[in-house]
Amino acid sequence: MNQPNARAAGGIGAYLLKHMREYGLLFALIAIMLFFQIVTEGTLLKPVNITNLFLQNSYIIIMALGMLMVIVAGHIDLSVGSVMGFVGALAAVLIVEWHLPIAVVIPVSLLVGALIGAAQGYFVAFWRIPSFIVTLAGMLVFRGLSLWLLEGQSVGPFPKSFQSLSNGFIPDLFGVGKPNVTALAAGIIAVAVLVWMGVKTRARNTRYGIEDEPTSFFVARNVIVSAALMFVIWKLAGFRGLPNVLISMAVLTALYAFVTERTTLGRRVYAIGGNEKAAKLSGIKTERLTFLTFVNMGALAALGGLVFAARLNTATPKAGFGVELDVIAAVFIGGASMSGGAGKIVGAVVGAFIMGVMNNGMSIMGIGIDYQQVIKGLVLLAAVFFDVYNKQKQG
Amino acid sequence: MTALLEMRAITKTFPGVKALDQVNLIVRQGEIHAICGENGAGKSTLMKVLSGVYPAGSYEGEIHYEGKIAQFRDIRDSEDRGIIIIHQELALVPLLSIAENLFIGNERAKGGVINWQDTFRQTEALLKKVGLKEPPATQVDKLGVGKQQLVEIAKALSKDVRLLILDEPTAALSESDSQALLDLLLELKAQGVTSIIISHKLNEVKRVADSVTVIRDGTTVSTLDARSESITEDRIVRDMVGRDMAHRYPDRPRRAGEMVMEVADWRVWHPDHAERQVIKGVKLNVRAGEVVGIAGLMGSGRTEFAMSLFGHSYGRRISGTVQIHGKPVDTSTVSRAIEAGLAYVTEDRKSLGLILDETIQRNTTLANLGAVSKAGVINEARETEVAESYRAAMRIRTPSVFQKVMNLSGGNQQKVVLSKWLFTEPEVLILDEPTRGIDVGAKYEIYSIINDLSAQGKAVLMISSEMPELLGMCDRIYVMNEGAFVGELPAAEATQERIMSLIVTE
Repeated sequence: MNQPNARAAGGIGAYLLKHMREYGLLFALIAIMLFFQIVTEGTLLKPVNITNLFLQNSYIIIMALGMLMVIVAGHIDLSVGSVMGFVGALAAVLIVEWHLPIAVVIPVSLLVGALIGAAQGYFVAFWRIPSFIVTLAGMLVFRGLSLWLLEGQSVGPFPKSFQSLSNGFIPDLFGVGKPNVTALAAGIIAVAVLVWMGVKTRARNTRYGIEDEPTSFFVARNVIVSAALMFVIWKLAGFRGLPNVLISMAVLTALYAFVTERTTLGRRVYAIGGNEKAAKLSGIKTERLTFLTFVNMGALAALGGLVFAARLNTATPKAGFGVELDVIAAVFIGGASMSGGAGKIVGAVVGAFIMGVMNNGMSIMGIGIDYQQVIKGLVLLAAVFFDVYNKQKQG
Repeated sequence: MTALLEMRAITKTFPGVKALDQVNLIVRQGEIHAICGENGAGKSTLMKVLSGVYPAGSYEGEIHYEGKIAQFRDIRDSEDRGIIIIHQELALVPLLSIAENLFIGNERAKGGVINWQDTFRQTEALLKKVGLKEPPATQVDKLGVGKQQLVEIAKALSKDVRLLILDEPTAALSESDSQALLDLLLELKAQGVTSIIISHKLNEVKRVADSVTVIRDGTTVSTLDARSESITEDRIVRDMVGRDMAHRYPDRPRRAGEMVMEVADWRVWHPDHAERQVIKGVKLNVRAGEVVGIAGLMGSGRTEFAMSLFGHSYGRRISGTVQIHGKPVDTSTVSRAIEAGLAYVTEDRKSLGLILDETIQRNTTLANLGAVSKAGVINEARETEVAESYRAAMRIRTPSVFQKVMNLSGGNQQKVVLSKWLFTEPEVLILDEPTRGIDVGAKYEIYSIINDLSAQGKAVLMISSEMPELLGMCDRIYVMNEGAFVGELPAAEATQERIMSLIVTE
């Protein structure tokens, strides 16, 4: 452990170059937010709009978590939009037409999503049919089934308790109301935990002589992230407090980041994507794990469907149309490798936010859906090109 | 004889590294010139400079070719002058025919319309020249590697080659295919084609080359007359590694202990052709502290046997028994085989052994993640300690264990694979071509590691196509042919001739 390490190899410039992708992503998000904040004359960061941003993008982020694992494992899932629409429709029929209690409908919906994922994963993992084909089939099948289930009609509205899944807010336990003290407290705790974890990791890395981030960067990064987080929380506290869905999103993001980065399960998924044959010859049950990533994706798509339906307060046959592309784009903007084996949860989440802020900002500006699509497409291409370009320069 | 090619004081720098430093190379008209050197010595870089992959201006020094200064802008440019490189990885289109491959980019065509009659007639003539008896319409992927190599050479001939460069031409070939290829080179030489061959196999170099240039660390060490008696293989090796290699194989006390693994009646059928039996009732045993070799030609079923044993990773309808320390064990999945105490170091480390885009640390622990984690959560500190300890023990040359394995040389990559398997604490280590594609110096280190392991009481089963290696390392050698063991020789009685005769007489 007394060997020379990466820190000795280069200074701040070398460090920046090496981590260009991660910092680039963060800077891109900040730059995009600043840009829209200016051109929308401050509308973007108004409390009500920030709240909206989270509500609008929650289902994309939830599904991006599962998609990241699918893509890291070296696959793709084109069916998530349809599955999300189908499960939303199913929940609507169960609630509105069958009058089943929410406490039954939610687990049933998640289970159905998992089963759909299992069915697709079965063909991908055990029969080795390319996931592109299997999930393309799934996309058509569940699009059709949603139409059949809803008989082409919209089904709604939902009881308040179901709507709160998406539109509800954590009430202020301290009774102040505005600003929402619960939100502020939660924000402070979150920041404290983040910083504490960062310091702990850094201390450990330093002990092993593997820390290569200059101290100034570490401090600056933490200050910026903490400040941004507190800023957002402050704005939220000034409106209606923390949306329920923000809590679920944050918890899920933390959970999946932990699973992918710290557990044997996550490590093995990366190994499969990196080199499936080598992983298999190392005793990893590659089929079973691939299967499980699809089960997981199905369950998350179902959750996305519930959140989306709850937010619109109705299930429509068009729900989830084209959403798979937004989800996949978010993951790739977030830096996942097209051939599998690399990508981070946080990247996928930031990627989803970049897409979300652009959607939101361009809508406020009144840019037509036509141009919006063009711009989003170009941003995706630019992000992936940046990756490839960087890799070539390093190689 | 006059010089066809003279490269003078070639210096090529990449950011941070001087890959070539004042390299000189003189190739005379009509000779076969071998270039030898360890991996990373700069052989390939030199050839890339020559063929225009690195265009004129991107290096220093001069290339004189056919009496004039040559400044190639790209490969096309050098090909037009008759310099043709055949790379280690063959560049044929597998789903096209031989004829189509021969004239790819150089089609026999008029106004964009291909003249098939012409194409086939010329293909037949070229195939005859290289001695390949296959119809021109044969799809290339139906040919073995040896024949594909011949197609590559025919392709070079179709372009009116004057200087043929072959990069490790026999690396993937069987003994007989290699012989045929070397004969063809001599034949082409008789027809006036000058060639450069890059090779690790010094016996082949001695056989066909007229002169040898040895490159080490980006500089020319020597140019030797390969025809001279005094230039022995050992002499060339000495120049390559820069030190005397009196012993190519390190010594080890030979002490076989108790019985560790016994395999009996092992039978395997081909995964795709259900009626084809690939392994026909193999019986074998290995003792603690023993290194047991399996000799045989390519395609004799050695790798198939090893992989079927290790978690049934090859074949179907596998039957037979495996006992470890006298107890029957189940090796039907890779994790069960690991559990039972087996480890298999594959012959194809890049595509089967490593995750190239991952770090040394993560590759090291991959097969035994459980040992560095608790309740499924990885203890990264512990993981780093493990990787560091193997890095030190194996002397893996790297700035840190956080380096991606794709940045390592072949020898160091192999040490990572070995680390990975040693971390599973196996009883039996199966090594499949453990030194393939590794330079001489690193080979010695791998041999030393193998000896250390056997000294620790591990049972080692070693598959190799290099007979001197088996003879130098093993206590006992099984000889395999067409899926069955046709003989077993103790080290004292084994010679290359006896092994070959066992294979041939069966």
